[in-house]
Amino acid sequence: MSREKGYTKKNFLKGLFIENPLFVSILGTCPALATTKSVEAAIGMGILFTVVLICSNILVSLLRKIISEEIRTPAYIVIIATFVTIVKMATNAFLPELYSTLGVFISLIVVNCIVLGRAEAYASKNNVFDSLIDALGMGLGYTLALIAMAFFRELLGTGAFSFGKIFTFIPAFKLQIIPKGYEISMFQNPAGAFIVFAIILGVIAFIKNRKDELKLNKAKQERIRKEQEAKLAAAKETGGNQ
Amino acid sequence: MQIFISFILAIISSMLIDNVVLSRFYGICPFLGVSRKVNSSLGMGVAVVFVIILATVICWPLYNFVLVPAGIQFMDTVAYILVIASLVQLVGLFIKKYSPSLYKSLGIYLPLITTNCAVLGVAQSNTDQGLSFLSSLANGIGTSIGFLLIIVAFSCIRVRLESANTPKALKGLPIALFTAAIMAIAFMGLQGLFSGIQL
Repeated sequence: MSREKGYTKKNFLKGLFIENPLFVSILGTCPALATTKSVEAAIGMGILFTVVLICSNILVSLLRKIISEEIRTPAYIVIIATFVTIVKMATNAFLPELYSTLGVFISLIVVNCIVLGRAEAYASKNNVFDSLIDALGMGLGYTLALIAMAFFRELLGTGAFSFGKIFTFIPAFKLQIIPKGYEISMFQNPAGAFIVFAIILGVIAFIKNRKDELKLNKAKQERIRKEQEAKLAAAKETGGNQ
Repeated sequence: MQIFISFILAIISSMLIDNVVLSRFYGICPFLGVSRKVNSSLGMGVAVVFVIILATVICWPLYNFVLVPAGIQFMDTVAYILVIASLVQLVGLFIKKYSPSLYKSLGIYLPLITTNCAVLGVAQSNTDQGLSFLSSLANGIGTSIGFLLIIVAFSCIRVRLESANTPKALKGLPIALFTAAIMAIAFMGLQGLFSGIQL
């Protein structure tokens, strides 16, 4: 199979920006709204999600020639559910605080559209290495998106970033940024989650529109310039003939 | 009588106070994806009601009478997702037979009920919290009707939003999310509904 140069890099980076699962494809919104009260919880969720995505992508890619077309989806769901169960039990054993913070949302990674979507759309058609890179990119992109949501929610909602509550192996510290009494606690509530998500999507749409407009303007100017050149050339020709 | 009253109260509380979409964040994907038209959101909501209630009725005995005696409680997620996936197939066949037009309008979203977090979330949290069968059923009914209520209300608003003069950057999803935020604030007002009633 011939492949273009830098495919691996492109494959990895597409999950981060161009095809970001949360902000561009709008998939996996439930945990993105529910587990982003604090940056720490978002990081934890992102890591668990990435682990499940990597494992399922690798296994689906390995089995892609064995699993037949008709039983594809149930087979993928069982594979994903198995890895989620493993991750859940491991979290319960090693990071009980993370387990109790995320609660039922660890189990709900099973029905996260991104994992199933990547298995269907990518891992079932590509080799193991590419699927691994794809999973890494998508997982990292999702984690970064979760952190971005949690950053604003924790900053505006509590006025401080606190670490060490969930990942108990690092010393607990708190970074007060907005003075006490000035925080907007609504951002810790569901309504705040919706608002933060809406604003982020709005900003992305704004940037995209801006880019499209610039591109359109450029194309327009190019066309006008070419037309003028053609006119000039035509005028010259007719001038020469006379 | 006491049992009946607490059953009803549990339904109302999981329907309105702990609303599935606006305060527990289950099922956001169909909530945003299928709410462009009132008809399809109604169909989706009704299908979800079916699936959630059936899944609750099947998953609770499955956990307590099969998984617990066998000592394999850790297999709950795998078992539930299999039950839900087959239920969705069943509901799909049923709708296809009796209402082809609805089947057409739901289109690709019907298989997506499998990946609706609300269904698995309800089944999982029922057994995680160790609820009794009756409370599980109340939770299932309340949650699913709450979902139906919210998705239909939201789609009614969204139909209006389509023709409204919104800023270009906010068109589509962002303005819908702002609407959802306002709805969430409205539902926060119901938080203290039962504080005066002794359960």
